[in-house]
Amino acid sequence: MTVDYLFEILSGLFEGLIGTNSLLLLSMLIPCLAVFGFITVYGLVVIYAELKVSSFIQDKVGPMGQGPGLHAGKWGLLQPIADALKLLSKEDIIPSSADRPLFIFAPFMIFIGAFISFIAIPFGESIIIADFNIGIFYILGVGSIAVLSLILAGWASNNKWSLYGGMRSAAQIVSYEIPAGLSLIIVIMLSESLNMQDIIKYQSGGVFNWIIFDNPFVPVAFVIYFISALAETNRTPFDLPESESELVAGFATEYSGMRYAFFFLSEYANMFVVSAVAVVGFLGGWQSPLVGFLDSAAWGVFWMISKTAALIFVMLWLRWTLPRLRVDQLMSVCWKVFLPISLVNIFGVAIWTVIFN
Amino acid sequence: MGVVHGQEMVLNIGPQHPATHGVLRLQVKTDGEVISEITPYLGYLHRCFEKHCENVTYEQVIPFTDRCDYLASMSMNFGYVVAMERLMDIKVDDRVEFIRIIMAELQRIGSHLLAVGVFGLDLGAFTPFLHMLRDRERILDLFEMTCGARLLYNYMWVGGLSHDLPTGFIESTLEFLDYFEPKVDEFENLLGNNKIFVERSADIGVMPAEVAINYGVTGPNLRASGVNWDLRKDDPYSAYSRLDFEVPVGNGIKGTVGDSWDRFYVRIQEIRQSVKIIRQAIDLLPKEGDVHKAMPKKIRPPKGSIYSRTESPRGDLGYYIESDGTSIPYRLKMRSPAFTALGVLNEIASGWLMSDVLAILGSLDIVLGEIDR
Repeated sequence: MTVDYLFEILSGLFEGLIGTNSLLLLSMLIPCLAVFGFITVYGLVVIYAELKVSSFIQDKVGPMGQGPGLHAGKWGLLQPIADALKLLSKEDIIPSSADRPLFIFAPFMIFIGAFISFIAIPFGESIIIADFNIGIFYILGVGSIAVLSLILAGWASNNKWSLYGGMRSAAQIVSYEIPAGLSLIIVIMLSESLNMQDIIKYQSGGVFNWIIFDNPFVPVAFVIYFISALAETNRTPFDLPESESELVAGFATEYSGMRYAFFFLSEYANMFVVSAVAVVGFLGGWQSPLVGFLDSAAWGVFWMISKTAALIFVMLWLRWTLPRLRVDQLMSVCWKVFLPISLVNIFGVAIWTVIFN
Repeated sequence: MGVVHGQEMVLNIGPQHPATHGVLRLQVKTDGEVISEITPYLGYLHRCFEKHCENVTYEQVIPFTDRCDYLASMSMNFGYVVAMERLMDIKVDDRVEFIRIIMAELQRIGSHLLAVGVFGLDLGAFTPFLHMLRDRERILDLFEMTCGARLLYNYMWVGGLSHDLPTGFIESTLEFLDYFEPKVDEFENLLGNNKIFVERSADIGVMPAEVAINYGVTGPNLRASGVNWDLRKDDPYSAYSRLDFEVPVGNGIKGTVGDSWDRFYVRIQEIRQSVKIIRQAIDLLPKEGDVHKAMPKKIRPPKGSIYSRTESPRGDLGYYIESDGTSIPYRLKMRSPAFTALGVLNEIASGWLMSDVLAILGSLDIVLGEIDR
């Protein structure tokens, strides 16, 4: 694991200079900073992507500019940085009737949920911060922290719109975790492991060994997982908790400046996490699609990120194409369609495995 | 199965809210997501236009009509000048009539594009809205070409027009129509056949014909309920009786007659009919003519009153004008179609969920400028 590996290197470097406990702390802190840096950079990239993808879909140019100064840089590349600076410099407003401690805590909590999911995502054979033996279970678990934070934000704002947003997100995320989890059970059944690396290694040997091509039931599970993931990350067509035309901004109505940015960033970070889980579970993780083609550790990072980026692109694409479902339709899709199909899927995969393997 | 009743919560939607189409305040009683009662509160955009009109000359009323329904200013002008011409018994040239019809129908397309786009936006579909704004922009360009203004035109005057058509207008309009016609199919497909859009609008907010008539709802909202009532056909004014077009009515293709989807569908069909009308009007348009010929030197209608109505994009637009023989109206009253459309909201939308109420409001296509006046 990375922490142990770093600890060894650091002990070699600072032998006798720093105590063992401090070294251990340091070797934990470095990956944390790396994850934080990754999320920040990824956030900027994905905000730019969102602006540009929406522009292409909506027949407009999006952020554009010609060079330095007050322009948004070449092709508007500086736009996300300008956005981030704007959010940073905005007035931080806390409503007088809000529950102050909870109001302040909620954005951090959602960010923690997104942040700690990242440590179990493998970017290569040895590039993983914490290689848990229950990695996929861990990500599903800590992913649920988001729902607590959204309820907290909705309640603490002391605003009726926020309350609506919070309640909707609670119902939505809790419900959609079930089909998402049931779809991942198929992955676990096939790979016989909860460990992210083991799941990826099970899929080695080219594109046709990926779990999604394992048997006819798995693509269905993949689609269900992906749609549930959209719902869990509150993306269109499931963006009911923050539906801007109904609930103003839902749970984020009273938030401004950096606190709002944390919700924003966490949404994008969660998109990465759920897409990465889909890539690990169904699309071969960091493995190259062809045996021996660009198949080294560094290329592993490339494959992992580009597969994830492809799924994130689909999410952006859907967001700018589809209208929004209604709250009861959302629930009936989950409980009346996805849940039965997922259960049938599990049986199907089990029987298929018994018969054909 | 029993129904669980929770505590009712009173919620104010607006006056600042993304989906109230201006500054409307809806006070709703909610039981969870279900809305049991809706009370609209008006007046946030009240600018005393009708009272103002009693203090300005008849010519000066026209800019006020612009500012009432600011999304269909041409149609507002049109209604007023038709009323005045009836009151003063003025006959205008064919050229003026057909230019007015071209403008009014272009305006209808623009207004319906925005109505349909905003309805989509209320359901969370952002992209169709921008596509429709893109095409509405070209209509505004045509208006700008004609009279220099993009939103508030003051174009139609009593007995004539402020400007004749500029050179190249007809060519640009035809070019726009050729570009635009395939786009209408695209819009209809993009929204009308989208599964989520259908789920969100079909069978939602059903307004039976009887309810619509009782509440005095007119225009596309009434036609969506299956009532074939269009003043351009049923009480023709200007030169509409010489044009060939159909009146689309809602027939419940995706759900019940008079649901939100039908209101969307009728507007899309009306856009097609308007394109057809503009093409005919361009063919019938006399090449020469003075658009100022019939304009009276001084507008001083005889003593008397008139109620005249025209079909604006939102429905029956009525003007009641009481003249005391001077150059200033004694009383001017508008019958605004969006006002009556808002009146029916509680009837058709209470009992639905929060999201539906705002979608139904969007499907009624209200403009607060015209409601508050």
